[in-house]
Amino acid sequence: MDILSSLMDGFATALTPMNLLYALIGVILGTAVGVLPGIGPAMTVALLLPVATVLEPTSAFIMFAGIYYGGMYGGSTTSILLNTPGESSSVITAIEGNRMAKAGRAAQALATAAIGSFVAGTIGTTLLVVFTPIVVDFAVSLGSPSYFAIMILALLAVTAVLGESRLRGFASLGLGLAIGLVGIDSVTGQRRLTFGQPLLADGLDIVVIAVAIFAVGEALWVAAHLRRTPLQIIPVGRPWMGKQDWKRSWKPWLRGTAYGFPFGALPAGGAEIPTFLSYVTEKRLSKHPEEFGKGAIEGVAGPEAANNAAAAGTLTPMLALGLPTNATAAVMLAAFVQFGIQPGPLLFENEGPLVWALIASLFIGNTLLLLVNLPLAPLWAKLLRLPRPYLYAGILFFATLGAYSVNLQAFDLVILLVLGALGFMMRRFGLPVLPLILGVILGPRVEGQLRKTLQLSAGDVSGLWSEPIAIVVYIIVALVLVWPLLFKAWRRARPTRVAAAGPVTGGPVGDRSTADRSAAESPSVDSPTATRHRQADVSDGQENADAPKVTHVNHGQEKQ
Amino acid sequence: MSIVVGYVPTAEGAAALDRAIIEAQRNQSRLVIINSSRGDALVDKRYVPAEDLAAVTERLEREGVEHLVLQPVRGHDAANEVLDAAEKYRADLIVIGLRKRTPVGKLIMGSTAQQILLEASCPVLAVKAGT
Repeated sequence: MDILSSLMDGFATALTPMNLLYALIGVILGTAVGVLPGIGPAMTVALLLPVATVLEPTSAFIMFAGIYYGGMYGGSTTSILLNTPGESSSVITAIEGNRMAKAGRAAQALATAAIGSFVAGTIGTTLLVVFTPIVVDFAVSLGSPSYFAIMILALLAVTAVLGESRLRGFASLGLGLAIGLVGIDSVTGQRRLTFGQPLLADGLDIVVIAVAIFAVGEALWVAAHLRRTPLQIIPVGRPWMGKQDWKRSWKPWLRGTAYGFPFGALPAGGAEIPTFLSYVTEKRLSKHPEEFGKGAIEGVAGPEAANNAAAAGTLTPMLALGLPTNATAAVMLAAFVQFGIQPGPLLFENEGPLVWALIASLFIGNTLLLLVNLPLAPLWAKLLRLPRPYLYAGILFFATLGAYSVNLQAFDLVILLVLGALGFMMRRFGLPVLPLILGVILGPRVEGQLRKTLQLSAGDVSGLWSEPIAIVVYIIVALVLVWPLLFKAWRRARPTRVAAAGPVTGGPVGDRSTADRSAAESPSVDSPTATRHRQADVSDGQENADAPKVTHVNHGQEKQ
Repeated sequence: MSIVVGYVPTAEGAAALDRAIIEAQRNQSRLVIINSSRGDALVDKRYVPAEDLAAVTERLEREGVEHLVLQPVRGHDAANEVLDAAEKYRADLIVIGLRKRTPVGKLIMGSTAQQILLEASCPVLAVKAGT
């Protein structure tokens, strides 16, 4: 009852005309960045952070929530119409969705994606309402040792489980932790990694870091691979669904939700694994297995529901524990800090009205998204015709403005450029961005908990495992770390059985690698070479009609 | 000697191609078809997909025209690509499609046709849609 009345209060706040306007702005921005590959909700929230500081915190978070959910919707449009995932979580959607579109059923694919996202988003947000207070009740009883353990688990899991290469993941995490260390140590007052620079003593501003890594790094990367053969977009009318489509869609929606929410809520969930699991399940359960690979509606409905439910799930640890598990949640956590709000289990107690307004706005945003996406999907697809130099010039402009406006220091622009170059190098060498951002944002908090633990135990290391929950979490950490080695050994011992399971276990890894690619680095690694090929052909004057065909095939393969 | 035609999948482009084929047949010259994109947007509806291009090639073969189809994606404007090709293949005629532009549209976007007409070093045949 208490939850319900708080939620109703939240609705009252979120439904004021001003906040409704911010929700609409967020939803529209979110869909737009979702549609455009390479630009995601994390980058958008980071770019808007400096702007948002003039807003009421509630309005700002309502807008961010709209952007976050909107990104999930928009990604599916690009996946279906272009066979290029707009977001990493809609990679699986592209498999069946694009086949459906090619078979002239783009309208149905878009409809089942949008309505499925709405259903899953609404159920997911309801689950968020139900579970978050329970997690909070549990979390307030946790002491520093348990917190430290859980954060270590989140960092390791995101780094080791989600990436395609653990080495690269840990390299990225290390970079993030190092960047997070810069500044004056809060306990002893020592300067760390400041290189005698007084301007570095305050540490690096999270806005500058996020904007540099997401916006400047991506802009440099795109600028380095600007030319590519244009893709063909599949024309589509207004999305709609027939009776048969509804019948085949509603179960995958619910199953996708069931996969998505728990995976999102886990410290290492992410939205990619549940979309893949949902796809595999639908393929197995479908009454039309022969249609899979040729455009089965279940293969769009399930994964799309899963990624939206995961988006809702991700907010559970973010709001209840202050523990972000994806890039957007991490940047939103930085936003809490920017507004002087302490994230963690006490968030609900201290900032109850804000949090409930945020949750209520998720319901509202979800409904707005359905209204904005269902009739306007073809319009959103037009965004893809935007020449990228204009787009990225605008992003760089806002990035520079934002980074400068945080402290009004020209020195921040130097940091922006240096870290932007780092972001570019990371994309160049395939380092995932997420561990770095999590390292920067969680690093100082992890350190704080570690310090507190050791202070409480008077410097005794055994204080780290003085709580039973901490021990349990450390066991899970050990499993996460040892699991791949065990799996490898098991695979070597029983090669025949794993061969059958091989494609399934190997699948998501491969998919995820392309997913990360296309999300973070829209012109994939292959395309520059393809383009160079074409240039050579043109200058030789020997290019014939076959050449574009070859590159088209290439694009098709690398996207799947 | 050859004829260069700027081709886009629109009514004007089709008219230009039709006319260029007639000219090529009459002069027994090679037809160079240019369909370019700056390649800086993800989607360019003026860039002909492979299947449609195959249909064009097939038609040219049927009509017995010696041809070369180019789809340069080098970040250059369409006008520059056509002019480049005209110079490189020593064109004695450029065929382009022409469409109505509002003065404001022309001010903002410029005019590909105008640039080709002014800068070409050979005669330019401008065709309107439906002729």
